[in-house]
Amino acid sequence: MIRIERAHILVGIDQGSILAGARDVQKKLEEEIKKRGLETEIRVLETGSLGITGRGVVLLVYPEGVYYVNVKVEDVPEIVEEHLLKGRFVKRLMLEPQLAEILAKGEFPKKLSKQKRVVLQNAGVINPDSIEEYIAVGGYEALAKALESSPEWVINEIDNSGLRGRGGAGFPTGKKWKFTAEVKAPQKFIICNADEGEPGTFKDRLILEGDPHKVLEGMAIAGYAVGANKGYLYIRGEYDLSIRRISKAIEDAYKMGLLGDNVLDSGFSFHVEIKKGAGAYVCGEETALIESIEGKRGNPRPKPPYYPGIKGLWGYPTVVNNVETLANVPPIILNGASWFKSMGTKESPGTKVYTILGHVKEPGLIEVEMGTTLREVIFEFGKGMRNNREFKAALIGGAAGAFLGKEALDIPLSYEGLREYGGVLGSGAILVLDDSTSITDMLQNVISFFKHESCGKCVPCRVGITKLLERMEKGTLLEKDLKEMIEISEKMADTALCALGQSLILPVSSAVRFFKEELTA
Amino acid sequence: MKIEELRKLREKVREDLKLREGIEPRVKIIVSMGTSGIAAGAREVLKALLDEVAKRELKDVIVLQTGEKGLASAEPIVEVVTKEATITYGRVTPEIARKIVIEHVINGRVLSEYVI
Repeated sequence: MIRIERAHILVGIDQGSILAGARDVQKKLEEEIKKRGLETEIRVLETGSLGITGRGVVLLVYPEGVYYVNVKVEDVPEIVEEHLLKGRFVKRLMLEPQLAEILAKGEFPKKLSKQKRVVLQNAGVINPDSIEEYIAVGGYEALAKALESSPEWVINEIDNSGLRGRGGAGFPTGKKWKFTAEVKAPQKFIICNADEGEPGTFKDRLILEGDPHKVLEGMAIAGYAVGANKGYLYIRGEYDLSIRRISKAIEDAYKMGLLGDNVLDSGFSFHVEIKKGAGAYVCGEETALIESIEGKRGNPRPKPPYYPGIKGLWGYPTVVNNVETLANVPPIILNGASWFKSMGTKESPGTKVYTILGHVKEPGLIEVEMGTTLREVIFEFGKGMRNNREFKAALIGGAAGAFLGKEALDIPLSYEGLREYGGVLGSGAILVLDDSTSITDMLQNVISFFKHESCGKCVPCRVGITKLLERMEKGTLLEKDLKEMIEISEKMADTALCALGQSLILPVSSAVRFFKEELTA
Repeated sequence: MKIEELRKLREKVREDLKLREGIEPRVKIIVSMGTSGIAAGAREVLKALLDEVAKRELKDVIVLQTGEKGLASAEPIVEVVTKEATITYGRVTPEIARKIVIEHVINGRVLSEYVI
């Protein structure tokens, strides 16, 4: 006999909500439900982040789809008694109390949000610790489909989809795979870059916490496509919950024969190992990351001549992809390249996951189609500026990103849309600043961050950053200081060994472009 | 595991997630669970409904609850909502609840003697 439940309560468990007491709330929920004899009708389960941050413990109750926020242990009896037993909503804790009226009539609300979820489709819906639930929503079907086709077909499909790297640089993923697939080598590697160190970015963490199997499936497909049978997941050491969930996911996938030797009885083998990073920003750079996996100091390698795709980990061809990139792979394989291209813009198909933070009313994690404007992100998804202050600037893409002023509110957020403004999508962090913020201070802060994180191996980066910081610290900036600063960062962009030194041009030049008057004031 | 086994397993575990998919089910059975409803025995009715739905493996039916309907004298109240119509039953007992599932939900025959 199947078990029919009439409600599922999802507890959003991520590092933030654990600090707010999510575990205690979960325990109390289970106790209260048992006390009232509802345990056969109602299931409590944990999931990844529900996409709402800064609101303490968040619960999502199905089938109504009601969100409760800032839930404390002492609120639990009321929720169980009122909502679960009597079917009355606890309005004071609801995220959208206006929903209560619609729901009370027995109607299902239309999805209120305009988000387009591909990468985060399962995050906050399934239990990330359950491989069965992932399989139930179509998990590992893309891998099966890939294994039934050929590696060439897989690469073509990814290439045709126009998927570009979601870690920041936006390199076409299909091309990257093709380079490595064409190299003849006794051993190849896949690396999933989960060393998410960009200030203000936490999308990879929430993807891994919410849907770890999707990333593993993406890695296995990448391995099959390029001919690699070993993958490393290089993850920030601080991402404790992600590490635990992904470890469990790997273990379960091995048990089911979805990873390991002879995957799905196809003859293809793929092994995955986790490597923990030790907190260096530069180790998010792919060659420094490779050095770190090899057990060396995390210094970037000069390139050219050898790109990781040709000569990477231990000298073997290696594909390094970001978490979000890999999480895009299974849906593309499953639904086809043209489906993927139907979303987003021509040059940047698909969706993008952003973390919105700073002076907005509702900071959090969203996934929207490429080409969504900054205005929509801030005023629709972020619910507007906090305290009704004026929008001043947004720092897009983390510290290695660009400041955009009011003029840029209506540009579509995509690789090509931002290029015109000297910006990059980067890691997808959108830091919104209101008119109480000093851009001079912000810029100084960004440069200080780079000073702290520069590995110091190459001269342009080491000396350049020091020079820039000296200018900032001397007090009043003159027009000629700004000119010099741009010159220095341009030199760094041309000559620094890796993306760390190369990208300081973005915040510096954009700040000068949009906020020159303020900087020289 | 072979590919066919993966697909078989998927079919098996899919049911579990139906509740969270947000798709409108064919039939919604809504039990009024206000104070007077519960006092009149709505909990027992709800349990009987869930049990009957599970026993018959009705996959396109969802059992919900709502608050007071304002008809305290007719509690426990059960509504059966389909695309065509909403039928309200009153003074439902666990036995009647089972009949509602068998006759109305499965066979599409409204039990007019219990309709209010």
